[in-house]
Amino acid sequence: MQTNIDLNPLRNLSRWTWPEYLFWLIPIAAYFVFPENLSLLSQISITAIFVLSLDLILGYSGIVSLGHAAFFGLGAYAAGMLAQHGWGDPLLGLAISALLSGALGLATSFLVLRGADLTRLMVTLGVAMMLFEAANKLSWLTGGLDGLQGIELTPILGQFSFDFMGKTAYWYSLVVLFILFWLARRLVNSPYGLSLKGIKLNVGRMPALGAPVNRRLIGIYTLSAAYAGIAGALLCQTTQFVSVDVFAFNRSAEILLILVLGGSGCLYGAVLGTIVFMTVHHFLSDLNPQYWQFWMGAALILTVLFARDGLMGLLRGMAAKFVQTRGK
Amino acid sequence: MTILFDGIAAGMLLFLISVGLSVTLGLMNFVNLAHGAFAMLGGYVCAILLGNLGVPFVFAVLGAALAAALLGVIMERSLYCRLYGASHLDQVLFCIGLVFMSISTAHFLFGAQQQPFALPDYLQGQLHLPGLDIGIYRLLLVVIGGSLAWALQSMITKTRFGAQLRAAVDNPRTARGLGIPVDRVFTLAFALGSGLAGLGGALGVELLGLDPSFPIKYLVYFLIVVAVGGSGNIKGSLIASLLLGIFDIGGKYYMPQTGAFVIYAVMIVMLIVRPRGLFARN
Repeated sequence: MQTNIDLNPLRNLSRWTWPEYLFWLIPIAAYFVFPENLSLLSQISITAIFVLSLDLILGYSGIVSLGHAAFFGLGAYAAGMLAQHGWGDPLLGLAISALLSGALGLATSFLVLRGADLTRLMVTLGVAMMLFEAANKLSWLTGGLDGLQGIELTPILGQFSFDFMGKTAYWYSLVVLFILFWLARRLVNSPYGLSLKGIKLNVGRMPALGAPVNRRLIGIYTLSAAYAGIAGALLCQTTQFVSVDVFAFNRSAEILLILVLGGSGCLYGAVLGTIVFMTVHHFLSDLNPQYWQFWMGAALILTVLFARDGLMGLLRGMAAKFVQTRGK
Repeated sequence: MTILFDGIAAGMLLFLISVGLSVTLGLMNFVNLAHGAFAMLGGYVCAILLGNLGVPFVFAVLGAALAAALLGVIMERSLYCRLYGASHLDQVLFCIGLVFMSISTAHFLFGAQQQPFALPDYLQGQLHLPGLDIGIYRLLLVVIGGSLAWALQSMITKTRFGAQLRAAVDNPRTARGLGIPVDRVFTLAFALGSGLAGLGGALGVELLGLDPSFPIKYLVYFLIVVAVGGSGNIKGSLIASLLLGIFDIGGKYYMPQTGAFVIYAVMIVMLIVRPRGLFARN
């Protein structure tokens, strides 16, 4: 007997809607409106990729991580060392960084799968701290706090060389962000993505529906690690600098914070959160870095207590109200 | 031998600071990453009472514990109590927010530099035994840590309050039905946890130093103690702290090039082998 389930709502999820097209016009407009701040804009794109990678595991699969900087840092160092040793092709650097970080993600995913939230927090934190310590101690290789010297890149695709204004860097990061976003968007709306959401909602029931829970989680963790590696590689290539700071705990905590402020479990929440966070950071930390940290902490506490779905939750609430009042 | 003793003293200090976390995280099951913030408060209160106001050391330390406990009660009643039922992630985020706020507040009030701190004369100096030099202050730490461990263990297992606390954690609804004032028990336990943090923070200034980044710098150590020791287990925390202290000091002395690497590796292996801790309650 064939039951008829209407799958159209699920299919429609993967269609692009007009607010999304509008949203992607923002970064293009930003290029013309703020030509002075291109380096900030590329930082935003790169951080957005990093936050996106955390959203894939935290927002969609419910894996808590306090050490995602491990993959970010590995990617950054991989790209930096390749460029240092004469393999200056940016795209090659991205690919190798993604592969390496993905491999580390695959290897550590088995550790992360064991245990509940608290153990996961500790294990991810531990992995990141270990890499931080290793990079710190191997300063002949990594340059320690002073960073890698002599990172030189060839033009992208042999055509576009990196300029002092950061124009190429911006378009490069933006295009990579868009491609990765598009891929992630397809993934989370596919049956694979739906099974991830199912695992997040009820781990106990998914095996009964025939979903191989462990294999799904290992897969998404590996992919997320590769995303983080690409973000790290981009940071290294656009700034032509890496130091052990890429592994720091603050970095892992910061993207967790951005994701929660923006709204986890929603790809646009990750990107929007990054835009708002980085912009506010840019202006406030000019005034006084300490005040910035204070208000960031306050915002985080308020979000946890009162606006659990972050900015996206607020936007959705406003949209729903708007529709309601128009309906009357 | 001296290294072993220093390791034990460092472990005891770690135990003093993190035993409070073993109450809040272990017993009450609240992932209190802001534990270091309470310890930092204790440290600053002690340093100011001792250095600026000339209060005797013993009272300065007790004052620090009281101040941290008082702040603990205020925070518990106003904020923490809303998050008891929340997911671990929410608790972690909330605590990170709190840690950021405490760091910038400490920065604002005391500046970024290390806080000056001087022990009274009678606690400085060393005892010289054959083959063993014992710092008097370190000896004091070991004594305080040992007696505190014993006192806490008997409080949790033998007193009425301990029984009420365990009942309230295991099943709040039934505990309420039996007439246990669950909210008050939780508040008291949280005050105890943060008071112990304050005490440990005050005693730790001499060896660990004190600056606004304290809550993050030592966060990992506290977490390791609780995670490795097993939840809500005083004895487990004590053994885990001692091991960590001995390995840390020994590692720094014999293999300085590896640094903290070994500790993280040991922690990960421990968590993989015994995800519920060395001496987990079943």
